[in-house]
Amino acid sequence: MDSPAVPLFPPQASTIAAEVDALYFFLVAVTVFFSVLIAAGVVYFAIRFRRRSPHDRPAEIHGSLALELVWTFIPLGIVVVMFGWGARVFFHMNRPPDDAMSVSVVGKRWMWKLQHPTGQREINELHVPVGRPVKLTITSEDTIHSFFIPAFRIKKDAVPGRYNFAWFEATKTGTYHIFCAEYCGTEHATMIGRVVVMEPDDYQTWLGGGPPPETPVKVGERLFVELNCATCHRIDSLGRGPLLHGIFGKPVQLATGETVVADAAYMRESILNPAAKVAAGYQPVMPTYQGQVSEEMVISLIAYIQTLPAPVVPPAPGPAAPGAPATKGAP
Amino acid sequence: MSEAAHAPAGPLAHHFADLDQQKESAVLGMWLFLVTEILFFGGLFATYAVYRHLYYDAFSAGSHHLSWRIGFANTLVLIASSLTMAMAVHSAALGKKGRIVLFLLLTILLGSAFLGVKYFEYGEKIRPCLGDGPSAGCLLPGERFDASALHLEGDAARQAQVYFSLYFGMTGLHALHMIIGIPILGLLAWWAHRGRYDAAWHTPVEMVGLYWHFVDIVWIFLFPLLYLVGHH
Amino acid sequence: MSTEPAVLPKVHYLNAGYGWRSWLFTTDHKRIAILYLVSVTLMFFLGGAYAVLIRLNLVEPTGSLVTAETYNKLFTAHGVVMIFFFLIPSIPATLGNFLIPLMIGAKDLAFPRINLLSWYVFVVGALITLHALVNGGLDTGWTFYAPYSTVFSNTAVVTAGVGIFVTGFSSILTGLNFIVTIHKMRAPGLTWFRLPLFVWAHYATSVIQILGTPVIAVTVLLVAVERAFHFGFFDPARGGDPILFQHLFWFYSHPAVYIMILPSMGVISEVVAAFSRKRVFGYSFIAMSSLAIAGLGFLVWAHHMFVTGLAVYAAMVFSALSFSVAIPSAIKVFNWTATFYRGSVSWQTPMLYAFGFIGLFTIGGLTGLFLATLGIDVHVTDTYFVVAHFHYIMVGGAIMGYLGGLHYWWPKIAGRHYPEWWARVSAVVIFLGFNLTFFPQFILGYLGMPRRYHVYPEEFQVLNVMSSAGASILGIGYLIPMVYLAWSMRYGKVASANPWPATGLEWQTTSPPPTTNFEKTPVVDEEVYDYPKLLEKKEAVLV
Repeated sequence: MDSPAVPLFPPQASTIAAEVDALYFFLVAVTVFFSVLIAAGVVYFAIRFRRRSPHDRPAEIHGSLALELVWTFIPLGIVVVMFGWGARVFFHMNRPPDDAMSVSVVGKRWMWKLQHPTGQREINELHVPVGRPVKLTITSEDTIHSFFIPAFRIKKDAVPGRYNFAWFEATKTGTYHIFCAEYCGTEHATMIGRVVVMEPDDYQTWLGGGPPPETPVKVGERLFVELNCATCHRIDSLGRGPLLHGIFGKPVQLATGETVVADAAYMRESILNPAAKVAAGYQPVMPTYQGQVSEEMVISLIAYIQTLPAPVVPPAPGPAAPGAPATKGAP
Repeated sequence: MSEAAHAPAGPLAHHFADLDQQKESAVLGMWLFLVTEILFFGGLFATYAVYRHLYYDAFSAGSHHLSWRIGFANTLVLIASSLTMAMAVHSAALGKKGRIVLFLLLTILLGSAFLGVKYFEYGEKIRPCLGDGPSAGCLLPGERFDASALHLEGDAARQAQVYFSLYFGMTGLHALHMIIGIPILGLLAWWAHRGRYDAAWHTPVEMVGLYWHFVDIVWIFLFPLLYLVGHH
Repeated sequence: MSTEPAVLPKVHYLNAGYGWRSWLFTTDHKRIAILYLVSVTLMFFLGGAYAVLIRLNLVEPTGSLVTAETYNKLFTAHGVVMIFFFLIPSIPATLGNFLIPLMIGAKDLAFPRINLLSWYVFVVGALITLHALVNGGLDTGWTFYAPYSTVFSNTAVVTAGVGIFVTGFSSILTGLNFIVTIHKMRAPGLTWFRLPLFVWAHYATSVIQILGTPVIAVTVLLVAVERAFHFGFFDPARGGDPILFQHLFWFYSHPAVYIMILPSMGVISEVVAAFSRKRVFGYSFIAMSSLAIAGLGFLVWAHHMFVTGLAVYAAMVFSALSFSVAIPSAIKVFNWTATFYRGSVSWQTPMLYAFGFIGLFTIGGLTGLFLATLGIDVHVTDTYFVVAHFHYIMVGGAIMGYLGGLHYWWPKIAGRHYPEWWARVSAVVIFLGFNLTFFPQFILGYLGMPRRYHVYPEEFQVLNVMSSAGASILGIGYLIPMVYLAWSMRYGKVASANPWPATGLEWQTTSPPPTTNFEKTPVVDEEVYDYPKLLEKKEAVLV
C-alpha cells in the first residue's frame, strides 16, 4: 500500500478527494478556532476570577440579549456556509460524468466481486486507469455492505435488493485500500481489497492479459436468448411484451396511468417482480425470474438491453398497442 | 394542606396536597401514556403505509380475503363496549355503585365477544398451517404460508405475506391491549363493588375509561386499513 | 469561618428503615435513586470491561486477543450495555429521581409506585439482555441492522431484543413520572421560570423519552418477529426493505442521544452557577435551548443514512436540520462560559468536571458538524471518526457531567463529603486518559479505518496503541472514585445542610434529607440562582 509507515492523512487520489479535503480543512479550522476560543475563555476566566475569599461578591449579571444574538447568528452563518459547501460537494459525488466507464460491484459475505465493462472480473481488486471517470453500480447479495475507498473519499452502501451508484476519477497512480464499511458479520474486517490505479497504457495491457472474457453485454445477449426473453420482447412488437429496443432511460406509461423512467432499477424490478409495474396496453403475463438469475446476470441483461437501438421507423401497431413512445432513431 | 407526617385516611396519597392535585396528575399521566401508545402503534402504521404503497395489489387481494362483515360487526361490538365504559364512568360520577359494576361487566362481556370473534377469524387462517402435510389456505406468514386461495403467485404471494404479517401484527398487538385491559376492568369492577369509588373520587374508573376508548379508536383505524383495501 | 462541625440528622431517608424489604419495596424516590445508582454503576463497569477487551485486542493489527466472532460480540455488548443500561438511565434515574422532588419542593414524584416499577422493569430487562449476552451472545452491533440481524446472525437476537424492549418501558415510565411531577407538583410560588435548569433539562429529556422510546420498542419487536417467524418486513428476499428498518431505528436512536446529553447539560448549569456563586448567564436561553434540542432532535434521524442511497434532496433536508440542532447547544456553551465572568470561581471537583465538560463537549459537538456536512460525511461515516465524535460527547460530555453531579450532590445524598484531593486527581486522570484514548481516533477515522474491525492494516497501529494506552489510564481514573465514594459513606466528613453553599430547595433541607423531604412545604418567593441573597444571609457558612 502506498503510504508512509505512520500516516496521519490519507492519500488524495481522486478529483473529488481534493474537494472533500478543502471542505474538511475549513471545518477543522472552525473547530480549532472555537475550541481554542472556549478553552481559552474557560481557562482565563477560571484563573482571573478564581475565588480569593469566601466572602467574594460576584457581579449580578442576568444575561445580554445582544450577546445571545451574536453567538446565535454568527454560528448560524458559519453552519449555513458549511451546509451549502457540503451540499455542493455531495452533488458532485452524485452526478457521474456521462462518459464514465461502468464497473459493477457486488458485495457478498465476505468479498467484493467486480466486473469491468469489457468483461474482466475481479475479486477484492479493482484495476482502473488514471484520469478516467469510473461509475460504480453497487449492490449486495446478502447483508448490507459498504464500498469504501478512503483515498478517493467515496463510500456507498451495498444494499440487497437495490442499486446504489458512486463514481470517481483517479488522479494518482498507486495502490489504495478498499474497505467494507458496514458491519456484515464475522469477517467484516477482512472484506478488504485494493484499487490499483494505472497509467492508461498499463491498464490496456492489464485488460489484454488472459483470454478475452465475455463482456457483460455479451453475457446479457446470451442470457436474453437462453431465458426466452426474446420470445415475448420482439423487435417487431408482435410479441406479448413491450418493445425493449431504445427503451433505456425513456419514460414508460404503466397500466395504472402513472409514468416511470426505464432506468436500471426499473429494469431490475421488471425482471424480478414483473407484476409490480405493468406497461400500459400489456397483460401481466411475464413470469418472474426471481431465483433463476443472480445479481450479476441481471446486471448483464440490463447492460445488453441498454445497447438495443431504437427502431428507425416506429414499428407497425401490433396486437397490443406498444407501450414505448416513438423514438428519434438509432442512438 | 396536610402537614401531618402520617398519610391521611381515604384515597389521598401522602405526597399530594389534595385530591384535585392527585386527580390532575393521574389524568396527565394517563394522557402521556396514551401518547406513548400512539407512537408505539405509529411505528406499525408507518410500516403499513410504506408497504401498502409498494404492494397495493397484494394488499388489496389480502384485504378482500378478509370478511368485512365480520370486521364491521366486531367494530360495532367494540364501539358498544366504549359506550358501556362511558356509562360506567358516568355512573361513578353519580356515585351509583351498582351501575358502575354493571356497566363494567357489560364492557368486559363486549370486549370478550370481540376477542372471541378474533379467535374465530385467526383460527380459520391458522388452522391450515398446523400439522404436517399440505398447508393450503394457511395465511400465517412463515414457511407454511400459502397464498393460492388469494389467486396470487410468485412475487405477489410474497407481498401478500407482508400484508398478513401486518394483519396479524397490528390486530394481534391490538388484541393484546384488550387482553390486558379486560382483567383490569375486572379488578376495577371488584373495587367498585367494594365501594371504593364515589362521586368525589373515581379517577381510576376514568383513567381505565381513557385507556379503553384509546383501544377502541385504534381499532377504528385498523378496520378500514386492513379490511377495506380496494373496496369501492 | 465555619461554626460547629455538622451533625447528621437523627432520622433521614437512609436510616428510616432497615432490611432488604425496606429497600426493595420502597416508594421513596431517594431510595429508588440509590437502587438505580447501584444498578447503573454495575452496568457501567460491565460495559467498561467490554471496552477494555476491545482496546486490548486492537493493540495488534492482527487482533491480539480474541477471534472475530468474539470481537463482534464484544463491541455489540459494549454498545448495548453502555447505551441502554448506563447512559440512558444514568442521570435521570439516579440524580433526577433523587433531586427533582427536592428541587421543586415536593414530597415525592407524582407516581412513587410507578417509579419503583420502573426500576424493577430495568432490572428484568437487564437480566434478560445479560442472559442473551452470555448465552449465545449478540453480534449485530447495538444498531442491529437488518437483514443481518433478522436473517444472517447466529446469535441470541430475539432474546436480546426482548430484553431491550422491556428496558424501554423503564425509560418511558421515568419520563412520564417526571413530566407529571414537574407540571403538577411544584411548590407554591415556583413558577416555570424559577425552576432550576436541571429541572428544565429533565423535562426536555422526558419528552424525548416518551415520544421516542415506543418507536424503538416496536422496531425491536418487528425484528424479533421477522427473525422468529420469517416475516418479511426488512428482508429483501421476502419483499422487505432494509432501509425501512434504518428509518424506524434512527427515528428513536437519534433523539436517544439527546436523552443521554440533556440531563448532563442540566447538571453543568447547576454546577457552573454554584461554583461561580452567580446566576447562570442567559437562563431563559438555556431553558429554551433544551426544549429546542428535544424538538429538533426528532427531525434529523436520516443523517445516519447519507450513504444508503437516499435521494440527494432528502439528504440535503436532513443535513440542514442537523446543523440547526447544533445551534442551541452552542448557545448553552457560550452561556456557561459567560457565567464565570466576574464570578467567584471555585476549582473544587464538581467545577473541574464542568470545565472538562465544556471543553470536550465543544470539541465533540463541533465534530458533529463534520458529520452533518454531506460532502465530508460520505468519507467519515462508518469510520472511527464517528466513534471519536460520539465518545467525546458521551464520555467527555455526558459522563463527566454525571460525575460532576454525583460529586456536587454527594453531601446531600450521603450526608458526607468525598475526599477532595483524591477527587481532583481522578478528574484530571480521567480528562487526560480520555483525550489520549479518543483524539487519535479522529485521525484514524479520516485515514479511513472503518468501525467494528477486529483487525486492521498495519499502518494504523501506532494510533491504535495510543488509544489503547489512553483507555487504560481512563479505566484507572474511573475506578478511583468508586473506591473513595464508597469509603466516604462511612468515613467522610459529615456534611451540613448547605455545605457549598448553593441556592436551590434541595439545600434547604438536611443532608441527607428526611423521607418526606421537607419539614414544611416550602413556599418560593425568590428568583432562581439568587446568589446575592444567599451570600448576604448571616447564617450562610461560606467556604
